[in-house]
Amino acid sequence: MSTDQTTIEPQEEMSGAAMVLRALEDQGVEVIFGYPGGAVLPIYDEIFKNNRIRHILVRHEQAAVHAAEGYARSTGKVGVVLVTSGPGATNAVTGLTDALMDSIPVVCLTGQVPTHLIGNDAFQEADTTGITRPCTKHNYLVKNANDMSRILHEAFYVARSGRPGPVVVDLPKDVLFAKGIYRAEDLKPHKSYRPQMQADTTQIDEALRLLASAKRPIIYGGGGIINSGPKASELLTKLVRMTGYPCTLTLMGLGALPASDPHFLGMLGMHGTYEANLSMYNADVMLCVGARFDDRVTGKLTEFSPNSKKIHIDIDPSSINKNVRIDVPLVGDVANILEEIIGRWEKQKLSPDGKALTAWWKQIDNWKSRDSLKFGPSIQTIKPQHAIKRLYELSQGRDTYITTEVGQHQMWAAQHFHFEQPNRWMTSGGLGTMGYGLPAAMGVQIAHPDALVIDIAGEASILMNIQEMSTLAQYNLPVKVFILNNQWMGMVRQWQELMHGGRYSESYSEALPDFVKLAEAFQAVGLRAERPDQLDDVIKEMLETNRPVIADICVDQKENCFPMIPSGAAHYEMLLGPDDQATQSASEEGMVLV
Amino acid sequence: MEAIERHTIAVLVDNEPGVLARVIGLFSGRGYNIESLTVSEVDSVRGLSRITVVTSGTPMIIQQIKAQLDRLVPVHKVADLTAEGPHVERELALIKVCNTREDRIEALRIADTFRARVLDSTLASFTFELTGTAGKLDAFIKLMAALGEVEVSRTGVVAIARGNTVSMPMLRDAAPGGI
Ligand SMILES: Cc1cc2nc3c(=O)[nH]c(=O)nc-3n(C[C@H](O)[C@H](O)[C@H](O)COP(=O)(O)OP(=O)(O)OC[C@H]3O[C@@H](n4cnc5c(N)ncnc54)[C@H](O)[C@@H]3O)c2cc1C
Ligand SMILES: Cc1ncc(C[n+]2csc(CCOP(=O)(O)OP(=O)(O)O)c2C)c(N)n1
Ligand SMILES: [Mg+2]
Repeated sequence: MSTDQTTIEPQEEMSGAAMVLRALEDQGVEVIFGYPGGAVLPIYDEIFKNNRIRHILVRHEQAAVHAAEGYARSTGKVGVVLVTSGPGATNAVTGLTDALMDSIPVVCLTGQVPTHLIGNDAFQEADTTGITRPCTKHNYLVKNANDMSRILHEAFYVARSGRPGPVVVDLPKDVLFAKGIYRAEDLKPHKSYRPQMQADTTQIDEALRLLASAKRPIIYGGGGIINSGPKASELLTKLVRMTGYPCTLTLMGLGALPASDPHFLGMLGMHGTYEANLSMYNADVMLCVGARFDDRVTGKLTEFSPNSKKIHIDIDPSSINKNVRIDVPLVGDVANILEEIIGRWEKQKLSPDGKALTAWWKQIDNWKSRDSLKFGPSIQTIKPQHAIKRLYELSQGRDTYITTEVGQHQMWAAQHFHFEQPNRWMTSGGLGTMGYGLPAAMGVQIAHPDALVIDIAGEASILMNIQEMSTLAQYNLPVKVFILNNQWMGMVRQWQELMHGGRYSESYSEALPDFVKLAEAFQAVGLRAERPDQLDDVIKEMLETNRPVIADICVDQKENCFPMIPSGAAHYEMLLGPDDQATQSASEEGMVLV
Repeated sequence: MEAIERHTIAVLVDNEPGVLARVIGLFSGRGYNIESLTVSEVDSVRGLSRITVVTSGTPMIIQQIKAQLDRLVPVHKVADLTAEGPHVERELALIKVCNTREDRIEALRIADTFRARVLDSTLASFTFELTGTAGKLDAFIKLMAALGEVEVSRTGVVAIARGNTVSMPMLRDAAPGGI
């Protein structure tokens, strides 16, 4: 709520469009990602006059939303998007759905045809509130300029409160021109929407009793820890070190516990480590912290951690008991609840069952010794895992943020790039949107101009929002695009190999552009590594270059991503490597899953 | 498999554009059943409407439905009347039956035993009004259908908990026309 205006007048008359800018300022917004068009010209007129809010002109509205997501995820602030009516709004739909699935706070302002034309199939009209109802946390149509300030402030409140998510505000052009009253008091919270922040203390004591009596405990953390803010990650780390319990994280939770912490078992789930998944399967007490038992994590539900008592911390009651039956639900904010748990653990002088814990760790270390993330040497060709490993090692000591596209490269990044802090890892988990990484990196770089921002990409995904290279050029954003170029839609090819008899239907990346020349065409630097001995030099040069770079890393085309739990299989039915895959075939039940 | 249960759920919502679409979209988008859904404004001062929805599913699904409804921004309160204790449910139907002679007499006789009211009549038809549980309405309509050509209009179920506690109080001056 910062503003450098000396005082906020209690009431002021102005145009709807002026109120939009004023509300953004009062919300402390510094940057918006947008693309103009007829219906939002009055707002662009105000942007022209305003010098406090920065507008970043993207090259596609989907990218505007992903950029806002990257900005939001790396800062904890609400990301803001501005698009025009009709095609502007429909282009934003993928981004909105992505933000909904991954609980990212975004406010998206969409232009709309004037109120008297709504419903008339007017030029560039789309039923934006209708189309975005299922892909937003909430949406609004502003029909009267006098509602503008209330609705805009409510939109920000809803986007960031409770379980965060995207909110659309649809703005008919006549309302943008109309005069209305801007009321500063509208900054106060929503009249009835009040998410529960603090859990019931008797439930917390019940959770403590289970935790202290555990013989084979596991802490399973997720994106909710990141949503809750950096303090939640500190508290999780404290809890883990205080109890000595093993901890695994979902794809969305990476960074919530430092990857170097000896209690960290790596990611769990479909491409998680052997030790993480077997610890989940064999646990007797599970503490789930801000994760939602996604099907990529649970595998076959009837075989999911069958013998554990389950405690679940989540701010959204609908996440609890959705897929998996919970014994002790703790509804509220992760940081609040962890603080309470730690405080009570200390006050009640609880301690873990040392003997049982030692035996449990011995078992876990045994699983760990399988070294499930191992990969073959890069002799003739660069192994993609090796490329990530070197990227990680060579970027040590820098202020690094990683985004990804979707596919094998995304999973290898999750496995082999290690995060010591939250908000450093931006990936499309729930929707799995190819084309997310480049615009998201753009948003991260805007928020952290001096940081090293790398989009770990696949050659197919990167083409889905490649036009944003032009945005990087315009704003001098030195984003690094690190392509693991296997010339295949590798993740698709892997599934076709494992589940469709090796019939590689339409998964070859035919007619690829020359990425070095492509970079140059966008005023960026293009680099290429074809042999293992070129890799380090290319990475170093990329890191040294203070301009946008595309590094085309030509990797082994046949490499598959392991470990892998085939869809619908149980945690103990993991494929650990190429030798496993021949003996296992997916169940019929599993075949229908995605 | 868990048994399927039928639940009547009352939802207090802001009476704003799109709120019904949000509730219906939730049910269709997540594949939940709607057996009956009614809605009307119940508090004109605060602009609140009450939706009564009859749905069915396993206990886990019913819990999901309530949690999903509760997280919609314009929803103030969700009450599971079936789970929370005894409640009364009523539905109103208008039934037109077209027939003559004995069938016509029989229709009137049956209507009398069901305490249906005649709202309109011609020489070849009756239009009845009947209030009761959904089951009672079903039974009556079935009988009428055997006696002629029938057209039916039903309101869907409205429901409220028994006893002297008020779970979704109306503001005193919010009564239609004020008190
Ligand atoms: C190709 C591909 C492969 C994948 N493979 C894997 C895999 O192997 N392993 C894996 O883990 N994932 C994998 N995923 C991601 C997966 O699809 C899900 O997105 C992910 O598992 C969900 O993470 P999460 O459970 O942490 O939940 P999120 O989607 O991050 O949800 C956060 C949860 O926390 C709650 N929450 C939010 N804020 C708060 C707060 N302040 N306090 C308390 N609770 C809060 C929310 O209500 C929600 O329930 C894969 C995705 C792709 C595209
Ligand atoms: C928009 C979109 N379309 C389709 C998919 C399905 N899909 C998942 S991974 C993938 C292939 C990605 O190929 P590439 O970017 O080269 O990554 P790789 O798996 O080879 O590392 C596809 C098509 C998707 N996730 N998103
Ligand atoms: Mg590829």
